Amino acid sequence: MSAVTLTNIEKKFGSFTAVEPMSLDIPEGAFVTLLGPSGCGKTTTLRMIAGLLDPTGGEITIKGRRVNDLPIHKRNLGIVFQNYALFPHKTIADNVGFGLRYRDVSKDDAARRVREALELVQLPDVGDRYPAALSGGQQQRIALARAIVIEPDVLLLDEPLSALDANLRENMRVELKKIQHRIGVTSIFVTHDQAEALAMSDRIVVMSDGRVEQVGPPEEVYNAPASEFVANFLGASNILHGQCRARENGTVAIEAPVFGTVPVPAEKAPNVPGPGPAKLVLRAEKLELVAQGGAEDGRIANDAVVETVDYQGQAVRYFVRAGDTQLQAINMIDTHPFAEGDRVTVQFRPRDCAALPGT
Amino acid sequence: MSIEAREARQPWILLSPTLTVIALLLIIPVLFIVVYSFWLRTSVGDVQPGFHLDNWTATLTDRFYRDILLTTLRIAAVTTLICALMGYPAAYFIARAKGNKALLLLLLMLPFWISYIIRTMSWIYILGSNGALNTALQWFGITAEPIQMLYNETTVILGLVHFLLPFMVLNVYVSLDGVDETLEDAAGSLGATKWQSFLQVTLPLSLPGLAAGGLLCFVLGAGTYITPAVLGGPRDAMFANLVYEAIIIQLNWPLGAALSLLLLAVLGVLVMIYNHFLGLGQLMKGLG
Repeated sequence: MSAVTLTNIEKKFGSFTAVEPMSLDIPEGAFVTLLGPSGCGKTTTLRMIAGLLDPTGGEITIKGRRVNDLPIHKRNLGIVFQNYALFPHKTIADNVGFGLRYRDVSKDDAARRVREALELVQLPDVGDRYPAALSGGQQQRIALARAIVIEPDVLLLDEPLSALDANLRENMRVELKKIQHRIGVTSIFVTHDQAEALAMSDRIVVMSDGRVEQVGPPEEVYNAPASEFVANFLGASNILHGQCRARENGTVAIEAPVFGTVPVPAEKAPNVPGPGPAKLVLRAEKLELVAQGGAEDGRIANDAVVETVDYQGQAVRYFVRAGDTQLQAINMIDTHPFAEGDRVTVQFRPRDCAALPGT
Repeated sequence: MSIEAREARQPWILLSPTLTVIALLLIIPVLFIVVYSFWLRTSVGDVQPGFHLDNWTATLTDRFYRDILLTTLRIAAVTTLICALMGYPAAYFIARAKGNKALLLLLLMLPFWISYIIRTMSWIYILGSNGALNTALQWFGITAEPIQMLYNETTVILGLVHFLLPFMVLNVYVSLDGVDETLEDAAGSLGATKWQSFLQVTLPLSLPGLAAGGLLCFVLGAGTYITPAVLGGPRDAMFANLVYEAIIIQLNWPLGAALSLLLLAVLGVLVMIYNHFLGLGQLMKGLG
């Protein structure tokens, strides 16, 4: 059974459409991420599911029950807010146990469940303290414990990691996923961080300007973007405007500037029906710089000049110029990067490309 | 001079004009009053310096003074309670308003543009024998004769509420404005109704503002003499009216000095109790 079903829900604020009609089916136990830049409607969608905003149209069901007219306190949801929203005047134990006050739980039972939740988030000894005495990462864990102790039907996470610093964020990411997996709660996660989305999700819903751009598992959204927006939002891509020459034998032949004809696997060009304008999507991570003339077999290659070197330690981001086209490449390196002005060869495998219908 | 020494001196240099004014116009006069309270007014009317406890004995033992002090504290307490009950919803409305908060706050401050005395006297034109309310009642034929509505304890409290309500609203507003609205959302998601969220989260977090507003209303209300003078009857004198009576009418400065110091001491103790539990910082937030 689906845990959450959205049927054509939309949200308008006056004449401004925050979310265009969207439908989504979230299976029980899944971890689904709404991914997009700020203002894309992802938080609005989450708030509609939470009951903090009324949809202008459409229907929301949770576990088969229509909840459009159900107030938030009757929806049995766990919400983790971006700023944690811990009650500053209550102890950690009272914060975590807050939801149990409104459920039919005996005092002993509530105390035991609070203890278990605190153990689950690995903070068993902070029950007597106040939120202000905890670090940001610890407050985040308490917010999670408070949301899951009530055994919610759905866990909603509104950019819960964005207030943490980088290292902590990556650790919490792993831990959050682990806890979600262990208790098996259906989770809807909102983020603008593509790395979080790719690492944590069973399914990603990419949104832009109130529209759903693509829905799919992380690998699919990453490898076969359905639009130029998706291609650029998840990692960096080179978009080369060209022509589709033919679609046959499982490949789509795209004639692109700089590189000539590129045979793209048909499954990575589902929306390119046949000859006509098309765009070649070449991920920056898949474009490799090698010494001039060093192209390997089975690669498509061309000469280029290094224009900008953005050294990042384990990786380096190059901007190179091939003819009058600027290309971006992100390469892992173990020695010295190429220098600005170096003449190099850029190469890639055709099967790493995707194609989109173009104009 | 070292940089540290110069920086340490700087605040004192900047504060010196204010400190001078406070010393000359507040601290020294209060000390004079303390000295005065031990002097004595002779039967012929002049003041005799010395160390006499007569004024203090009268002030602290005379039932008349004690009763008026208790009445004053009761009126201030009732006023504060009404201000809290009326002011909290108004402050909540402004703090949670989606539109132009600045305009709402400006409207709240608007009465301060008119003198407190004129605002107090305006009630005479509403509640007096020839006032708006009586005229309306007679015009509609509900009463034949004007009803005596003015000059009692109720009108004193009415006038005080009129005067003090904005102080309460501002203080509660500042407190409520600092309460993150997401907290109510969080409480709601955990199963609390709107009312339960308010009682469990919003109200406790705004109590400091309510207490600060309460203290201001109480202290200002207990110290007032204009409102009972204008809107009260002969039997509705409050403590500050006694001080006025002693100093201006009877020209008995030593007794007036002792009475005003007693009021100062009572209110000072209240402020100290407040400071002990909540700290005066909250009061500053509301005023700023």
